[in-house]
Amino acid sequence: MATLQSLDIRRRSASTEAPPQIRKGGVEVAKLIDVSKCIGCKACQTACLTWNDLREPVGVTDGVYDNPRDLTPTSWTVMKFAEVETGPDLEWLIRKDGCMHCDDPGCLKACPAPGAIVQYTNGIVDFVSENCIGCGYCVKGCPFNVPRISKLDRKAYKCTLCSDRVAVGQAPACAKACPTQAIYFGSKEDMKVHAEGRIADLKSRGYKNAGLYDPPGVGGTHVMYVLHHADKPMLYSGLPENPRISPLVGVWKGVMKPLSLAAIAFAGAFGFLHYITKGPNEVAESDERKAAELTGGRGA
Amino acid sequence: MTVTRRTFMKVSAAGIAASSVGALGFTGAGDALAASVRPFKLERATETRSTCPYCSVSCGVLVYTMGDKSKNAKAEVVHIEGDPDNPVNRGTLCPRGAASLDFVHSPLRVKYPMHRKPGSNKFERVTWDFALDRIATLLKEDRDKNFIAKNRDGVTVNRWETTGIFATSAQTNEAGYLTYKIMRGLGMVPIETQARI
Repeated sequence: MATLQSLDIRRRSASTEAPPQIRKGGVEVAKLIDVSKCIGCKACQTACLTWNDLREPVGVTDGVYDNPRDLTPTSWTVMKFAEVETGPDLEWLIRKDGCMHCDDPGCLKACPAPGAIVQYTNGIVDFVSENCIGCGYCVKGCPFNVPRISKLDRKAYKCTLCSDRVAVGQAPACAKACPTQAIYFGSKEDMKVHAEGRIADLKSRGYKNAGLYDPPGVGGTHVMYVLHHADKPMLYSGLPENPRISPLVGVWKGVMKPLSLAAIAFAGAFGFLHYITKGPNEVAESDERKAAELTGGRGA
Repeated sequence: MTVTRRTFMKVSAAGIAASSVGALGFTGAGDALAASVRPFKLERATETRSTCPYCSVSCGVLVYTMGDKSKNAKAEVVHIEGDPDNPVNRGTLCPRGAASLDFVHSPLRVKYPMHRKPGSNKFERVTWDFALDRIATLLKEDRDKNFIAKNRDGVTVNRWETTGIFATSAQTNEAGYLTYKIMRGLGMVPIETQARI
C-alpha cells in the first residue's frame, strides 16, 4: 500500500538531494480543533492509541483530569485541562495537545539523520522511525515541545496526522472519532472557511477575541485551533503566543553546517594534493633511534 | 576480535570519511529512504457492521477482521471504529467505544453462559442448552405460581408481576419488537431496557 499512496515528499531531513518537484496539484490538508466545542472526553486519545497500535502503560493520577500528564512516546495526543479566570467566571479550557505539523518544521530542520523526518506535499510532517538515530535534536528544534524519545528503542515519536489514513482518503482517527465535531479535517482552505463561521458564532456569544490559531512564525500549521481567547493562547496550557524555530537551529544548520562541510572538503582535498605532491610520511633512521632512547628500549 | 589502537584509529577515520562524503552529497541519500508512510492496515480486512455494547446510545461500529475465514486460519478482530452510515453516531465514538478493540480481546470478557448455583460463591461455565432450559423452567415455575388472571373486581388482566426482563440496547428493532411481544404475551409487566438515556 505504501507504494500506492500519492503522498509526494516536499522536504526531507539532512538531505542534499531535492525530492522530485514537477508534479503539481493535491491539496494541503489541515486538522481544525475547535476548542470551544471540546468536552474533554478523550475519545481522540483512545482512537489514536487504537489506530496506531499503541498502549499507554497504566500510570498514576495526581488529582487532575490530564491523563497522562503530558505527551509520551505512546500518547501522541493528550487533552490538557486548564482552569482559568478570565472574567467573573471560571473557564475550563481544554486543549488537545499534539504535533502541529508546521509548514516550516523546526524538527525537520534540526534533524541530522537523512530521511528520518519528511514533509509531504500535503503538509504532513512524518517521522520515519527506520532512519531515526534517536539524537533528540527534533525535541530541541520543535517550538511546541512535541516529539518524545522512547526509552524502549531510543527513537523519536509523535503524531503522524494518520498519514496512512490520509493516504487512502480517510480522516485521522481522532478527527473521525470526535463525538462533538470539535475536530474537523479537510483541505487547509476549507478548514479556514469553516473556522470563520465558528469564530463569527463565538463572537456573537460574547467572545470578542475569538480567532484562529495558525501561527505565521512557523509558516502556518496544518493543525489549527479555534480559540475563544485567540489574543491569549498561553491560557490554553501554554500554547506559545508566537512560536518560532530556535535561532540556534538556524545558526547551526544554516551557517555552521555549510562552513564546516567546506572545511571538511578543503581538508580532504588538501590531504589528497599533499599526498600526490609530497608522498607519504616516511620514518627516518634517526627518528627510530631517538624514539628508542626516549622509551629507554622498552619498545613501542 | 581484539582491536589494537591502530585498527581503532583506522576504523574511526574510515567512518568519519564515509559520513563526511555522505554529508557533502556524494552518496544517494535516497537509499536511506524506505517507504515512509505506514501501510494502511485495513487494506485486506473484512468490514462488518455491529453495535457498540457499552451504553444505551448504541453507536454503530465497523469491526475489521483480518483473515479470509478459511477453515484452518482463524480470523481475528484487528480494529474497531465508528460506522459513518449509522444515524446515531455518524462515524463518531466516545472514548470507550473508540477503545472497544481491547474489550473484544479482554481476558476478563464473558464468552459463555455462566451459572452461579444457589448458595455458591462462584460462577461456573455451563452449556447454552443448560442455560436456556434452566431459564425456561424457572420462568414457568414462577409464572404458574404468581400469574394473576383477574383483578379484585373480576376484570381479566392476565398479569405476571413477579419476574422482569432487562433487555439490551444493542439489539435491532426486530429483536426489540420480539422481546416485547414475547414477554408481554406471557403477561410480564416489568420490562426494562438499557436502550434509553
